[in-house]
Amino acid sequence: MSKLKTYLKHPFSFILLILIGICTFITVASVLFIICYILINGIPNLTPSLFSLKYNSENVSMLPSIINTVSITFLTLLIAVPVGIFSAVYLVEYAKKGSKFVKVIRVTTETLAGIPSIVFGLFGFLAFVIALSWGYSLIAGVLTLVLMVLPTIIRTTEEALLAVPDTYREGSFGLGAGKLRTIFKIILPSAVPGILSGVILAIGRIVGESAALIFTAGTVANTATGLMSSARTLSVHLYCLLTEGLYTKEAYATAVVLLLLVVGINALSNFVAKKIAKV
Amino acid sequence: MKAKEGIMKYIFLLCACISIIAVVTICLFIFVNGVPAIGEIGIIKFIFGTHWNPSSKEFGIFPMIVASIYVTAGAIIIGVPIGLLTAVFLAMYCPAKLYKVIKPLINLLASVPSIVYGFFCLVVVVPVIQSITHTSGKGILTTSILLGIMILPTIINTAESSIRAVPPMYYEGSLALGATKERSIMKTVIPAAKSGIVSGIILAVGRAIGETMAVVMVAGNQAVIPNSITSGVRTLTSNIVMEMGYATGLHREALIGTAVVLFVFILIINVCFSLVTRKKDK
Repeated sequence: MSKLKTYLKHPFSFILLILIGICTFITVASVLFIICYILINGIPNLTPSLFSLKYNSENVSMLPSIINTVSITFLTLLIAVPVGIFSAVYLVEYAKKGSKFVKVIRVTTETLAGIPSIVFGLFGFLAFVIALSWGYSLIAGVLTLVLMVLPTIIRTTEEALLAVPDTYREGSFGLGAGKLRTIFKIILPSAVPGILSGVILAIGRIVGESAALIFTAGTVANTATGLMSSARTLSVHLYCLLTEGLYTKEAYATAVVLLLLVVGINALSNFVAKKIAKV
Repeated sequence: MKAKEGIMKYIFLLCACISIIAVVTICLFIFVNGVPAIGEIGIIKFIFGTHWNPSSKEFGIFPMIVASIYVTAGAIIIGVPIGLLTAVFLAMYCPAKLYKVIKPLINLLASVPSIVYGFFCLVVVVPVIQSITHTSGKGILTTSILLGIMILPTIINTAESSIRAVPPMYYEGSLALGATKERSIMKTVIPAAKSGIVSGIILAVGRAIGETMAVVMVAGNQAVIPNSITSGVRTLTSNIVMEMGYATGLHREALIGTAVVLFVFILIINVCFSLVTRKKDK
């Protein structure tokens, strides 16, 4: 009651309180609306024929795109994870803290993280598709994505390595282990959860990416047969369905699968992050 | 053993250099391919030309620059107040139980792929705007709403963590002086968290200006200078993605030139960001 009286005396505060409530409501409502709308309209359109192995214009199956998404994700991680982890190891374990080199790398990873995906796509197109004349191919898409997710992996690994207590290092050195042995046997294993959550974040980004892939991996709708064949991922598949404009039902179904995939990856990342917090 | 240590050190170093090499090559490729075209067209004609008509060799990207600025500004006008006040709620009001529900939802919003946003906006927001304004429904307003929602998680998360980083004495001191809770938040907590909030907004600007696939679905894509809030526009990013597939010769180079302009925008935003965060660290 006394609270209400104070608010009556201070209309500004009262209005602000209401605004805060409204804005929070808008945020929560828009998340729920987006998710529910896609799920409600999409799930009824999920037919078994959309998961057949072959794509053709009568049956715009998404299974080939899902397979392509998995292979592109796997290949990207195969390159980006070791490179990202090794760079973070150099930054944390070898480089002098605050040296010029570390600063330069920090600035470049920040720049790399800020570059829009369409610019990555354009670069991949100019460098891999045209200059190296690989044409639209899986490998061109993969290399473009490697550059894109590298900053995420470097940053999360760096944080994970920094969180490893120095006593671990000293203990290992004290027992006579070399630097390399300490890194691989002591530091990296204890940083695994942190690194893992970064990798999962990167997977989410790869799965959701479309702009960087259209002009690098191309838009061929069937399963890729090799590194040099063009292939579309699920996001690109959705884009193609929308621009063709003939397959609204299939587009809904694809959006559901894509959304569930990304939400699942996101949940996994949160789960792993929580595990770290406990440790 | 010694040799192995030495070799591995250089492998680590090499990997660390890859991000430098990547940035340098990306800049090189974009600038080397784009700048000559800008020179050929004429920098004034390219940046301030109002006609984009590749078939008659007219390459003026002024409408796209204007469009990118408009939709980004629109996204900020919609996204920042909503995001900031939501962050205030999360940091100052939210009961722990509710927080456990809302926070994952906001993180979920951050992970929705942009193409899904575009699709959602196309089937939900476009028809609504269409029936209200009796236009095509695709244009600055729709794109601003879309981008406004897309930047919410960035703004909420940075604002929330910077509000939480403000020492509680500030807030308590203000309360003790008799100010209401809301007044204390507005007059002491938010000003103290300002630099964190600003850096979040700059990040959001970068995200909004670089967004492509969602924007291309709902912006209408007419390469003309917009004359109202509902008129269709084409941003720098959508110009690239729409025509790159079939462009050749000078047309292709002009598109790369568009990317150069976009890149310059992004670099400016990055510099602003690091200036703000550096100030905060001090």
